[in-house]
Amino acid sequence: MLQKNECTQKDVLESLSKARTRDAERKINAFVHEARPIHRKADRSSPLWGVPIALKDNICVEGLQITCASKVLENFISPYNATVVEKLLNAGAVLYGQTNMDEFAFGSSCETSCYGPTRNPRDPQRVPGGSSGGSAAAVADHTAIAALGSDTGGSIRQPAAFCGVVGIKPTYGRVSRYGLVAFASSLDQIGPITKDVRDAALLLGVLAGHDPKDSTTADVPVPDYVSFLGKSVKGMKIGRPKEYFEAGLNPEVAKRVDEAIAALKSLGAEIVDLSLPHTKYSVNVYYIVAPSEASSNLARFDGVRFGHRSKDSAALLQLFENSRGEGFGAEAKRRIILGTYSLSSGYYDAYYLKAMKVRTKIKQDFDEAWKKVDAILTPTAPTGAFKLGEKSQNPLEMYLSDIFTISANLAGVPAISVPCGTVEGGLPVGLQFLGRPFEEEKLFQLAHAFEQATGHHKKLGNVS
Amino acid sequence: MSSIDLKHVARLARLHLSDGELQFLQTQVPAILAFVEKLNEVQGLEKVEPTSHPFSLSNVFRTDMPGPSLSIEEFLKHAPQAKGRFFQVPKVIEDKA
Repeated sequence: MLQKNECTQKDVLESLSKARTRDAERKINAFVHEARPIHRKADRSSPLWGVPIALKDNICVEGLQITCASKVLENFISPYNATVVEKLLNAGAVLYGQTNMDEFAFGSSCETSCYGPTRNPRDPQRVPGGSSGGSAAAVADHTAIAALGSDTGGSIRQPAAFCGVVGIKPTYGRVSRYGLVAFASSLDQIGPITKDVRDAALLLGVLAGHDPKDSTTADVPVPDYVSFLGKSVKGMKIGRPKEYFEAGLNPEVAKRVDEAIAALKSLGAEIVDLSLPHTKYSVNVYYIVAPSEASSNLARFDGVRFGHRSKDSAALLQLFENSRGEGFGAEAKRRIILGTYSLSSGYYDAYYLKAMKVRTKIKQDFDEAWKKVDAILTPTAPTGAFKLGEKSQNPLEMYLSDIFTISANLAGVPAISVPCGTVEGGLPVGLQFLGRPFEEEKLFQLAHAFEQATGHHKKLGNVS
Repeated sequence: MSSIDLKHVARLARLHLSDGELQFLQTQVPAILAFVEKLNEVQGLEKVEPTSHPFSLSNVFRTDMPGPSLSIEEFLKHAPQAKGRFFQVPKVIEDKA
């Protein structure tokens, strides 16, 4: 619309700004601070010319405050741009708004933010999911056209499912993490959260690619993702792993996924029953690997070079301990303790080493599956969005809400969540497709065919 | 899972925990560890190589050439306390009584 001159950039920004007043009135709290639009001179034919994009507040933008929704990063102004920010600006996008999140992305509900929780615009009594809850809520609530999130164990896909929007975690190494505040470096990926599959494909095309500033990015050519949309999925083989349909899955969610399977069959896809036997250990592995890496990554917040510094510390050790004790929230502390414990002398073999070995088994399960199928289909989350406060006092229960998303991060494979209907009278649920490494185009092809055939993304329509 | 010395772990992590936090974590951490210990069920791991990264990565080197970087002033702008060209911290070596 913008490129065809049917509306102006100013119109779009004004309508978003107006929508954000509504966000404030309904206390959705999707954004962390007042925003001013940031853009760069770009050619009108640029792929994202004039399109406003919101960013999760763990992605660095030069000259803007970045908080990770943590007190420990108070008053920190980023001195440089993340690579994804450079790419967005060069593609003509307008950065507009930084979104709320669980502190340092530790959480599945967006309740651990130091700015207070984000609410689900579909039902403000419920959580938007997390940790990229602000990004998903903003896209669902039309206070953002599209947003970036980050995904370490499901933090893009689970909130996308809960809010009824599309979210993709790319293959590990597909998108540069330079300028993303690190949580667990072997799991983190940045990806788009959008209203439909086309927008996600367009955005990922801009974000993806090798970056000399992130040595974990892969030098693999980036296909034209949009060109795969509309292609037939006839004859594509989609695996249905039995472990993802066992106890714990809400029966209504199971029904929506069964309907999705029927829809895919009628599009000509072939559904293949398979087993990923080690997948049931994913959450267990994750809660060793992720806190271990996090405890190491968060060591940099020591009150010396930047961020919060405790006022009354006579010696250096106290300065470290007090600054960190005052700056980090409860979930961050829990993970630092867990991670430090599983890496500590005497426990390393029993916890961290064992978890890394089971991670190998999980990855091998996927490698076997790719010999038989082109993609794998699962529910994105076992339930619809839960109520605020429902799981926040029980960390284990909270951790289990990521039971279907974590394996993709451990194995490094790409995974997309696309709306597949509602449960409990209106709560959106998501269908997840997982694919071979660096085959995001197949996920877009499948998700788009499914979306167009079922129209679930349109049925959700406007929020109440 | 017997009780763990949380104070020791907190010291290793350079993290001050209040008495209330210690009490809270004293019940939560062992529960989470008991949950992750389900991994003990997995048999035959002796010969399995650990995965620390999803794809095998080799070290990436760049040419050793100086390039532009942020100035000292730029870095020190964020320092809670700085003096001259340095970050300032409390006394590192404690007085012997």
